Amino acid sequence: MSNDVAPKRLKLRSKPSRTADKVFFAVAKAAGYSSFVLVAAILFFLMLRAWPAFESQGVVNFIFGAGWNSTTDPQIFHLGPMLYGSLLIAAIGVAFAVPMAISISYFISFLAPERVAKIATVIVDLLAAIPSIVIGLWGLGVFSPVAAEWGRMLSEALGFIPIFSNAVDIFLRSPFIASLVIAVMIVPIIASITREIFSQMDQEIIKGAMALGGTRESIFRKVILPTASGGIVGGVLLALGRAMGETVAIFFVLNLTFDDFNWFKILEPSGGAVASLVLARFNEALDTELSALLAAGVVLFVVTLIVNTIASYIVAKAQPWRKL
Amino acid sequence: MSNLNHLETKDINVWFGERHVLRDVSLQFQNNHVTALIGPSGCGKSTFIRTLNRMHELIPTAGLSGQVLLNGEDIYAQAVDPVNVRINIGMVFQKPNPFPTMTIRENILSGLKLSGRKIEDGDGLVETSLQRASMWNEVKDRLSEPALSLSGGQQQRLCIARSLAMDPNVLLMDEPCSALDPGSTRRIEETILELKENMTIVIVTHNMQQAQRVSDSTAFFLSENGNPGEVVEFDTTENVFKRPKDDRTNEYVNGRFG
Repeated sequence: MSNDVAPKRLKLRSKPSRTADKVFFAVAKAAGYSSFVLVAAILFFLMLRAWPAFESQGVVNFIFGAGWNSTTDPQIFHLGPMLYGSLLIAAIGVAFAVPMAISISYFISFLAPERVAKIATVIVDLLAAIPSIVIGLWGLGVFSPVAAEWGRMLSEALGFIPIFSNAVDIFLRSPFIASLVIAVMIVPIIASITREIFSQMDQEIIKGAMALGGTRESIFRKVILPTASGGIVGGVLLALGRAMGETVAIFFVLNLTFDDFNWFKILEPSGGAVASLVLARFNEALDTELSALLAAGVVLFVVTLIVNTIASYIVAKAQPWRKL
Repeated sequence: MSNLNHLETKDINVWFGERHVLRDVSLQFQNNHVTALIGPSGCGKSTFIRTLNRMHELIPTAGLSGQVLLNGEDIYAQAVDPVNVRINIGMVFQKPNPFPTMTIRENILSGLKLSGRKIEDGDGLVETSLQRASMWNEVKDRLSEPALSLSGGQQQRLCIARSLAMDPNVLLMDEPCSALDPGSTRRIEETILELKENMTIVIVTHNMQQAQRVSDSTAFFLSENGNPGEVVEFDTTENVFKRPKDDRTNEYVNGRFG
């Protein structure tokens, strides 16, 4: 028996052979690639229209400078306070929303009787479906006066800490209120994702922790939360996207200040939000300002992208076991 | 070595909702003995082993009557904290369940952390626990690797080591080898025989050969025609397998049903 002749290899098919499979493949492929094309196209055409603003203001000034005025000569369109405001409000909103959302999910997944859990799940999901204009109206008409009182109480109790000080004695339309409204909008997003993660927890692992003498509290902190953290951060990311892009609800409850940065005085009626700026100015905007608003859109788009990238990097770093 | 590892049950009855699943189970688990619980699926042996460390009551519809005495003290007495019971009576489950977010070392120390106890000599405890589970040499150079990087059999022995780190009086094992290959099974059986020098072990098993290899006493559980499960026979393993008194035991251990 000679081994010199290599055995003839069969022709293997990795590609679909049936017509239906081929069509299905093509459709899925097209849909998949079209998402890349869409994102690129949106960015490209936005850039095209936004370019004059970047050119006249200078990219660095446009992004980091302060002031927005179409009546001066030359016109000033600097996004800094709005951009910083967007980030500030999103950050505070997430800080309020995350503990709330995790508590809700823990209750639904581990504590509530089945019936209550079912009803609570529906209600939380319903909350996520409320249109932001409705939240905005509620925020303006119902919530703002109440939250302004909370702000006043906070300021009276803790006013010696700079972030709670208020020099103007007006507590309406502050970043604090805007963050709370944002928190209401993102709690259901984070809660429903967290609940999903909790419900997929391996019960055997929780039993193992119980059998080692774990208490509800220690098991939650040392076993459940670390296991779920990646998913929770994923939920927070989605929520951040909504918080950064939220337009109408913030527009109703926040006083936009174009000329100055409000770095940290969250109880004062002065703040910013990129998307709300666009809403506020779009109707009257001509030529250059229109271009500047589109440029603001580009910046918001890119910043959201950066925030998401950083966060997913953190998620990947924080969970080496996921690679196994 | 302390000889205070005596566990016994008196008239244990178990319900799930209205369904009576175990009737009048009274067994003595002797010091430094391995006791096997055998019987067909659904006979209540896994339910029974869960009453021994109060894991049973975590099921919402669970009901119980009777006593479980560890060294004479009822673990279901009003003043007893279930958490302390589970610290003294360790448990190893059917499926290896190491904590996926923790390293090998962290898994060993997890019981102390979960029960809020101080870790005095962490390195020493990790080493002795892994040695008692006879896997120290395999993993001593990779203690900071994730627990899930271990094979299934190693994961199960890690879970045993994790329980041993709590220095329990009693170790409960609920079909610890049913998800493992023969090689891993043999190693765990060897570990069981070493461990019984210092503790009392109760093991649920479907494997007749395993019961004969590792146990000193055997209890045969049976639930007939939808009646609650009962102990048909409880004796030395040799008697149960070689000279069963009850016909049903005889048929079961010789593989005629179940």
